[in-house]
Amino acid sequence: MLKFICPYCQVEADETELTPGGEAHLKRMGPGSSDQEFYNYLFERKNPRGIHFERWLHSYGCGKWFHVVRCTKTMEVFGTYSAQENNPPKKILDIVKKRISFGKKIK
Amino acid sequence: MKKYSAFSLVKESFNNHLGWEKAWKKSNPKKNYKIIIVGAGGHGLATAYYLGKNFGIKDVAVLEKGWLGGGNTGRNTTIIRSNYLQEESAAIYEKSRLLYETLSQELNYNVMFSPRGVMMLCQTEHELRAMKRTCHANRIYGVDTIMISPARMKEMIPIINIKGPRYPILGGLWQPRGGTARHDAVAWGYARAISSWGVDIIENCEVIGIKKNKNKISSVQTTKGDISCEKMCFVVAGNSSVMAELCGFRLPVESVALQALVSEPIKPVMNCVVMANTVHGYMSQSDKGEMVIGGGADGYNNYSQRGSFQHIEETVRALIETFPFISRLRQLRQWGGIVDMTGDRSPIISKTPVDNIYLNCGWGTGGFKAIPGSGWATAELVAKGEPGELAAPFSLERFKEGRMIDESVAAAVAH
Repeated sequence: MLKFICPYCQVEADETELTPGGEAHLKRMGPGSSDQEFYNYLFERKNPRGIHFERWLHSYGCGKWFHVVRCTKTMEVFGTYSAQENNPPKKILDIVKKRISFGKKIK
Repeated sequence: MKKYSAFSLVKESFNNHLGWEKAWKKSNPKKNYKIIIVGAGGHGLATAYYLGKNFGIKDVAVLEKGWLGGGNTGRNTTIIRSNYLQEESAAIYEKSRLLYETLSQELNYNVMFSPRGVMMLCQTEHELRAMKRTCHANRIYGVDTIMISPARMKEMIPIINIKGPRYPILGGLWQPRGGTARHDAVAWGYARAISSWGVDIIENCEVIGIKKNKNKISSVQTTKGDISCEKMCFVVAGNSSVMAELCGFRLPVESVALQALVSEPIKPVMNCVVMANTVHGYMSQSDKGEMVIGGGADGYNNYSQRGSFQHIEETVRALIETFPFISRLRQLRQWGGIVDMTGDRSPIISKTPVDNIYLNCGWGTGGFKAIPGSGWATAELVAKGEPGELAAPFSLERFKEGRMIDESVAAAVAH
């Protein structure tokens, strides 16, 4: 079972009290964008076999959305950060980089 | 290829069964093929089969990173049905079901297709109405389904509890010619047929890169060396996004885990497939006597071929009200597979942004039943370069055009 630390209430939340929300940091495209951009925003997903930046909702907890960095191949969790961050914080990216260079490269 | 028959069985029994040959040949890649198919699961092998059978193209290699039929082909709950709401889906799934009916004879390999009937429970008023709608739609598209009463359902499956306090049975959608088949045998049967034509099936051969010339693929880089080809088609289910990334585009799919389990074997209690969509659970009894149980998919991206632990509990819990006897059964084993989900829960059989690369993916939680029909449609697409009648509605373009084939809210099954 997946376990994340909610960055708001600091609770170590089990998967059963969370709701997955898909890929994070999608740039919203609206009026003024091209059809292709709108399609990319709506449908195209990275869906990587490896490091995935994603959104989760602490639905049976504080009720807030937050971000998680996780490996979809090994299920390793690298960290969580608040939904207000537009880009992953350097601290978490450093952890990811260290883990990848430490072990075998996660494909 | 030696033909399997009653005569060959008698002959071999006098020979201590030493004369049976390997069903298919393990090959090493040649330098060049006309068509390379990536993924030796049911859909990939069926594509290779119909390329040979319908179009006479036999200069084909099927590459597989693991072992033959080791992905979702060997991990599903073997249910075959075609009671879909939308016309396009009904067409391809019914084609598939029809091909299953004579597949054993055609391949000279017993796939144990058992048209024992598929029963879908209606456990809310809303579901009853939705199923009636599906039934009418099926009738228009030539799929044989009828609505049956709770009393009739109880008569057919005496062990079912139709008077559940939370979700009583209000009726059922019955497809008499749906059923199950031996999933491994489907992959093995196709593999045996194409191997006898000289199609190379290359296992333990992962694609690690693509060489392109302008907007065309010239060769595929694999762990067993470079192989050049005129056309390439990838049929890799959960790993579709990874393959697409290598080819230089992205797909509207996400990979999630879907799990199933079997109980210990018991005496026959249920002679058809039962699907309970409101509570997310479906069940059939295998020929060995195990209750084969499947449920809904996990909600998050996953490539680990393992699902969430609590999902197993949820699935079984959901079925206990209708089938109280399963509360006393022990679980024999449990497994997971990675399925590729599209937004409208319909597959993609399509050309891609790269000129001579074709794609078959997005079957989500229901790919096994579609193997022959999908192979048929994909073979036509790859051979002609243009989709035929069956594949055309399932193009990649449909998302951009807003032409969804919506089986997610309309589907007769939980997703």
